[in-house]
Amino acid sequence: MTVAPELPVSDLLTSRPYVVSTVRQQTHDIVTIDVRPEGEPIAFVPGQFDMVYVYGTGEAAISASSDPATPELLSHTIRAVGGVTQALNELQPGATIGIRGPYGRGWPLAAAEGRDLVIVAGGIGLAPVRPAILAALAQRERFSRIALLVGARSPRDLVFRDDLDRWTADRRIDVHVTVDSAVRGWSGRVGVVTTLIPRVPFDPEHATVLTCGPETMMWFTGEALRKRGVDPAQVYVTLERNMKCAVGTCGHCQLGPVFLCRDGPVFAWPEVADLLGEREL
Amino acid sequence: MRSGVMTPTALESLVLLLRDRGYRVVGPQVRDGTIVYDELASTAALPRGWRDVQAPGRAGLERRDDDALFGYAVGASGWKRELFPPRQRLWEAVSDGDASFHVVEAPEPDQPLAFLGVRPCELAAIGIQDRVFLHGLAEDRVYAGHRRGLLLVAVECHAPAATCFCTSIGTGPGLDVDADGVRAAGSAAHATTPAPAVPDLVLTELLDGEHRLLVRAATDEGDDLLAALEHREATTGDLAARAATLEAAQAAIDRHLEVDGLHDLLLGNLAHPRWDDVAARCLACTNCTLVCPTCFCSTTEDTTDLTGEHAYHERRWDSCFTLEFTHTGPASVRTSTRSRYRQWLTHKLATWVDQFDTTGCVGCGRCIAWCPVGIDLTEEVAAIRATDGREVTA
Ligand SMILES: Cc1cc2nc3c(=O)[nH]c(=O)nc-3n(C[C@H](O)[C@H](O)[C@H](O)COP(=O)(O)OP(=O)(O)OC[C@H]3O[C@@H](n4cnc5c(N)ncnc54)[C@H](O)[C@@H]3O)c2cc1C
Ligand code: SF4
Ligand code: SF4
Ligand code: FES
Repeated sequence: MTVAPELPVSDLLTSRPYVVSTVRQQTHDIVTIDVRPEGEPIAFVPGQFDMVYVYGTGEAAISASSDPATPELLSHTIRAVGGVTQALNELQPGATIGIRGPYGRGWPLAAAEGRDLVIVAGGIGLAPVRPAILAALAQRERFSRIALLVGARSPRDLVFRDDLDRWTADRRIDVHVTVDSAVRGWSGRVGVVTTLIPRVPFDPEHATVLTCGPETMMWFTGEALRKRGVDPAQVYVTLERNMKCAVGTCGHCQLGPVFLCRDGPVFAWPEVADLLGEREL
Repeated sequence: MRSGVMTPTALESLVLLLRDRGYRVVGPQVRDGTIVYDELASTAALPRGWRDVQAPGRAGLERRDDDALFGYAVGASGWKRELFPPRQRLWEAVSDGDASFHVVEAPEPDQPLAFLGVRPCELAAIGIQDRVFLHGLAEDRVYAGHRRGLLLVAVECHAPAATCFCTSIGTGPGLDVDADGVRAAGSAAHATTPAPAVPDLVLTELLDGEHRLLVRAATDEGDDLLAALEHREATTGDLAARAATLEAAQAAIDRHLEVDGLHDLLLGNLAHPRWDDVAARCLACTNCTLVCPTCFCSTTEDTTDLTGEHAYHERRWDSCFTLEFTHTGPASVRTSTRSRYRQWLTHKLATWVDQFDTTGCVGCGRCIAWCPVGIDLTEEVAAIRATDGREVTA
């Protein structure tokens, strides 16, 4: 598994200020915020997350969504669901936010080397896998096929459309986009993302899959992949729970013996399947 | 290392000496009908002549017929309050105008702590919290700030309460000090028994005949302190008195938690009907987690002062018994009391071992006494054990 470079302790516990350089509206309730660190850039591994702080409002766990090759430009893509994320959505360029991190275990890109890399993202779930896609494309020769399966509730909920257009035109990656319900003007596929799994060309016996989306979507994805013959141990998910500390001391993110912040948020499916299958664990 | 016998009066010299050396001395005292640990100006404040009467759902005090200074079991809430305070500022953001700010970390505490009267099970609890806060991903600044330089004066138990079960866990009621270090005495250690935090001095209160304290130094600091205190050499009579005291304490403990196979028993019974049964009684009041000396869960709170120029990022105790604890996305993960009690008990006694290589329970009995409806974890475990729902596989 990929491990983050070691940071001085207080960098993991104390937020540091960063000036917002750009705010890009992705959808009606999702923005991507770019910061340019003034000092040392924060290097991160795809799949890791930061605790992002809004002055006086609080912190939220947010995955890095930018290219890991350019840590001097760090992005987070945030959906407004409550206090902190709403405040982040209302930020203007020039504002200061706090960031501490990065935390957790990232996507196992090295484990996918020489294999087909299949990425399944639902809704804002594209944000945490975007760094993995960019990293994989930067070392394209290391993988066999690369397929990206993206699902969103409706066309207006699709994030990173520029990337999707760019990648669709890029023959090195096979992009499939679907929406649960279409609107007028949508000529793409309609149906939940799992319906793509039986059709997309990849070799199930030599595929490593990264999935990110709502927990139920990941369940159905895992099921569809199993039916297609993918070894569950080659299916990776990233999990979400309430997080306060991100360093394994606040207790909030526990799932049985696991601290999601410290032991995850990325897990191989067999590591967590039983735990997730237990109601209210 | 030095050992010896001192009078209760010499204990006063110890408190003065520690205060003199700059420590904030914290010790047991009677307040609102219970024993609490708080700043101790003098041994006059110790709970002289009091015993605690603890039972499921009941905690109170009763007069003893002697002048014992440590004639009770444990205080209402442990030393956790000092090392991991109920509310702690982690850092603050200071506005620089123009929507910009800088961050200032909370200052380190300026005074070292000395605890007087730490029970063997409480040393184990400190040992457990050390693992959580000092030996995890990042050393916790606040905890480490209080823990660094902490001086521990432990006192062996001679008056266990009816709620105590340290003998089941292997954490008490006594302490052995030798060249290898300090270990619980009077009970057998298991694979999951937590290692105690190392005390500097270990006291044994002897009440037979002359009221006196057997003192054993366990660290250089302890040795140095004892050298400065008036004491005499311990006689075989003193040592025999300690052995008898310890034996009596051990014999007085009759509550039992069977730890054999406990991890697998609990995790193999997540669907046991007993969870529904206990959920019907549990008020999800959070008392058990607040009094537990090992529970470490916290949440954060962000506030600004009236001018808006300072934004405080504070941490406060939280409990897995609240609905908000697992708030994720549109809902909470653990909505039922059943799932929350199950989280508490399985964490304490099972998954804690996976996480920290030790049980999360030291057998202090606080959660039993302070539960308003008298839920007793030892009884819950016994009930599950009696009707183990695991399929027996050959
Ligand atoms: C590892 C990880 C990575 C994440 N990455 C992203 C990301 O890239 N983009 C993004 O938009 N969101 C992401 N989230 C979810 C995000 O952390 C929550 O939406 C956010 O904490 C909600 O906070 P709030 O104050 O806006 O909402 P409120 O509803 O006001 O928050 C109330 C409480 O619930 C908690 N909470 C609410 N929803 C969640 C949730 N889904 N997960 C965890 N805690 C929650 C908050 O911590 C807070 O304590 C991630 C979560 C985790 C655990
Ligand atoms: S679970 Fe109960 S008996 Fe065990 S350490 Fe906590 S308060 Fe004491
Ligand atoms: S999860 Fe519950 S039992 Fe475990 S430490 Fe936190 S409050 Fe205590
Ligand atoms: S977020 Fe605090 S323990 Fe994981």
